[in-house]
Amino acid sequence: MSNIPENLKYTKTHEWIDVQDTYAGVCGITDHAQEMLTDIVFVELPEVGIEVKAGEQVAVVESVKAVSDVYAPVSGRITEVNKLLEDKPELLNSDPYGEGWIYKIDIKDKYELDELMDAAAYAEHVAQGE
Amino acid sequence: MQTIFLFHKKGKNKYSIPACDSIQGDEIPRSMLRDDLTLVDVSEVDVVRHYRKLSSLNFGVDNGMYPLGSCTMKYNPKINDVVAMLPQFAMQHPATIEETGQGALHMMYQLQQMLCQITGMHNFSLSPAAGAHGELTSVMIIKKYFETKGEKRNILLIPDSAHGTNPASVAMCGFEVKEIPSDSDGDVDLTKLEDALNEHVAAMMLTSPNTLGLFDRNILKIADMLHSKGALFYCDGANLNAVVGKVRPVDMGFDIMHVNLHKTFSTPHGGGGPGAGPIGVVEKLAPFLPVPIIEKADRYYLQYNRPLSIGRIHSFFGNFMVMLRAYTYIMMLGSDGLRNVAEHAVCNANYLRTKLCNHFQVPYNRICMHEFVINDEGLPNGITTNEVAKRLLDYGFHAPTVYFPLIVHGAMMIEPTETEHRDTLDAFADAMLTIKKEAAQNPALLKKAPVTTPVRKVDAVLAARKPVLKWDD
Repeated sequence: MSNIPENLKYTKTHEWIDVQDTYAGVCGITDHAQEMLTDIVFVELPEVGIEVKAGEQVAVVESVKAVSDVYAPVSGRITEVNKLLEDKPELLNSDPYGEGWIYKIDIKDKYELDELMDAAAYAEHVAQGE
Repeated sequence: MQTIFLFHKKGKNKYSIPACDSIQGDEIPRSMLRDDLTLVDVSEVDVVRHYRKLSSLNFGVDNGMYPLGSCTMKYNPKINDVVAMLPQFAMQHPATIEETGQGALHMMYQLQQMLCQITGMHNFSLSPAAGAHGELTSVMIIKKYFETKGEKRNILLIPDSAHGTNPASVAMCGFEVKEIPSDSDGDVDLTKLEDALNEHVAAMMLTSPNTLGLFDRNILKIADMLHSKGALFYCDGANLNAVVGKVRPVDMGFDIMHVNLHKTFSTPHGGGGPGAGPIGVVEKLAPFLPVPIIEKADRYYLQYNRPLSIGRIHSFFGNFMVMLRAYTYIMMLGSDGLRNVAEHAVCNANYLRTKLCNHFQVPYNRICMHEFVINDEGLPNGITTNEVAKRLLDYGFHAPTVYFPLIVHGAMMIEPTETEHRDTLDAFADAMLTIKKEAAQNPALLKKAPVTTPVRKVDAVLAARKPVLKWDD
């Protein structure tokens, strides 16, 4: 069973967001996602300052198995990206909720957060094999 | 592994090059002349032996079965090469004038006609140099068609089972990609398609049969839905080999398509080229085809005067030698032979699917076309697709396509092709069952595999994270 921290919000497409205050969050991919992808070898980070819509592709992760899009859990503006991942993409495997964070976002519409899953709902989602 | 540099010794190369008689004196600036290049110094026999040895380490369809799904690694009859090597063709310069190039133009014209007959399309262009190039050219045509009509359409629909080249070609032309999910049977989800369809949709790209090896049973309905909204229907013809001579893409409602000559018509799969991905179009799109088109009056000629054409997309006329091989293949088989190709390709795939489906998970287990997809679910000791694929090499089979299509987790896409005999299919199935047994009894072996190949298990992670891209002594 993969690690699903209680304090985060999740998407069906296996991204997480850590809402740090009402209008700012940190985003990444879940432990389950990194397990499915296996060894990640490259991360394409978004540009700082761009506006994204919820569900829009924001980053790309490449593993030895496949190249996958990472989608934004909420709409907003990218304020910071984890440059460390450019040289150490393996952080996504070793610490997906910590050092493997991908980007920070200014949340445009806090009500979009209500659309996301909590840890229990996401655990269920993963258990159903989706 | 030894590289050619190992044989390097100063003075070994005894070739004498004639003095240069075209450049006088100091025409090459002294500052540009270098003597610090580490060019390898070897004899001719060193070169021959080294590369002959390397070639014997390679695995190809001439060594064994190569069930690489969606790539159609069928055996290429040697007569294709015999014809392509005829000096009358091989020695012809691409700038030959039309009068003396009539034989070559005749062949190209005939090939255009035959592809029209096979697909039902109105006209064909042989210029694109590969399947993906055919896609790009086609999307350019789609764009120009709507521009000429004065319609602003910026979306192309692509199913989630599509080849990765589809969205790439679309994005290259400045369209927006909208992904359409598949339903639980592996067909296009019609409800989702309905939701996505509007007057901004220029076209839908569909691989037919699709990358799960399934024929979409709603194909006519999809075509109607698109056409009723004024959109075009594009056929990724990568899998034409499953239906060639049986059904024409035009009758399925397609307006434009590409054909991968290397898949259906048995031309070599180059490491990225040279290939050929001719495109065919219905009549209303014909004016937009790239130039030149081969036409015929009292003799064959190259038609450049096409005011609506998207222009030239390849130097000269495309990859001529590839066309020649496809032409030979079609002429050797004739229409009955081509129909047999499709029948045997489908029969072989279903034979293998039936043999394997009691031992491996087949996520969409229904009558398939020329290929089918299994996965690694439930394999003993958590053995994965990757390990099964590597172990197959030890048994003399190339691995199937792995982890594609993306909608099947741990996918192995198996395409036996029509050129394998039942005995070979049985041997492949036996190898798969043996590997499953090994997964239960000796998983450590599978994690180490392959153990008999010239290069053993490659560290794919290290290779991707810290690639060594140049030779360094």
